[in-house]
Amino acid sequence: MDDKVVIAKRVALELRSGNLVNLGIGLPTTVARYLPAGVVVHFQSENGIIGMQPVPEAGLANEFLTDAGGGPIGAVAGAAAFDSCMSFGLIRGKHLDVTVLGGLQVDELGQLANWMVPGKMVPGMGGAMDLVSGARRVIVAMTHTAKGAPKVLKRCNLPLTSVRRVDLLVTEMAVIEPTGAGLVLKEVAPGVTVEQVVAATEAALIVPDQVPVMAITE
Amino acid sequence: MSKAVNVTKAVELIPDGASLLVGGFLGVGSPHRILAELVRQGRKDLTVIANDTARPGVGIGLLIDAKLVRKLIVTHIGTNPETQRQMIAGETEVELAPQGTLAERIRAGGFGLGGVLTPTGVGTVVAEGKQTVEVDGETFLLEKPIKADFALIACWRADYNGNLDYSLTARNFNPVMAPAGAVVIAEPTEIVPVGAIAPDDVVTPHVLVDHIIEKGMSNGR
Repeated sequence: MDDKVVIAKRVALELRSGNLVNLGIGLPTTVARYLPAGVVVHFQSENGIIGMQPVPEAGLANEFLTDAGGGPIGAVAGAAAFDSCMSFGLIRGKHLDVTVLGGLQVDELGQLANWMVPGKMVPGMGGAMDLVSGARRVIVAMTHTAKGAPKVLKRCNLPLTSVRRVDLLVTEMAVIEPTGAGLVLKEVAPGVTVEQVVAATEAALIVPDQVPVMAITE
Repeated sequence: MSKAVNVTKAVELIPDGASLLVGGFLGVGSPHRILAELVRQGRKDLTVIANDTARPGVGIGLLIDAKLVRKLIVTHIGTNPETQRQMIAGETEVELAPQGTLAERIRAGGFGLGGVLTPTGVGTVVAEGKQTVEVDGETFLLEKPIKADFALIACWRADYNGNLDYSLTARNFNPVMAPAGAVVIAEPTEIVPVGAIAPDDVVTPHVLVDHIIEKGMSNGR
């Protein structure tokens, strides 16, 4: 299975019926494809809608109905559209149950860096700082390493997105829960050993006696 | 009295060096005819406050391509490599702001508030040089209000008095920006008779709007 599919499928298991969920651009967006049967969530797109569906129905694409990446989307019956103040009021005001965001680095404090590489790549934070500050639950979905280099570090050396400790990190190798005591290894991916995860991680990991395998299906 | 005006005349009101609040999210809900006319008339040294700069050749990206912008206050430039290039080369000053913070700063500007207190950005580079305020044990950043010489907004319908409504995700920053522009120019998809937008459906009340861009009869203007 492709690494990004492993991540998206595992993140999808975190969503509960009735949740208001915001998925970041890129890998996080694909989580919507793998919702378990029977789980119905409300997807928010921060450009101003709750009730987005990832793909418009045939013939119903609308130039004024787009996601936060500018691509065409659909809207479910009962969707609601609103302005940017309402959209970020929902996010900052703790009305958003879950956000799933990509990451460049996560560290032992559970802090996330995901919006710039000084001098190289400066996309800007967009909505990410508000999402990490305000969502009830922050899930980071990212590859465990970049070109072999660890992304789970002792301390982030890129500018932080927020000082808030994120709630869960899902990679193609592991599920890691940042806690006040440090990063706890909660699960490993199918075919991955605890030793492999530890070797690919710069940060110290708290490894329980039993580390279950991610319950994802082919 | 009708506020409708053609786009050429409307843009002639905007001087070089003006500050502009520009609606839209990656070009969706941006006033495209106004932006194209700004380029045609060659307005320069502009300060643009907006969510993003779309892409080269699209929306605010047109102003970037033509190097008409001196300073940008935006949340995201990842979709426009030319904006990133101009920023890194020092050709265009770029201030990056969190999206929710930008929206609230503009709202504060338009609604007479002295700023907003937000938890977003506390402890990050966004907080550098800014005052923090403790409220009931929680730390907030004081973010100052934003106003501009002009708000250039797009809407779905406008009546001739200037009542506006919006469509779906093309709404975004537009209604937030209308109160914060000293002069407000709205570019509707359709102009409708007064009364056609029911009072409950008016999002931006007419008193905030100075000019409405007519549909051109030729040449797209």
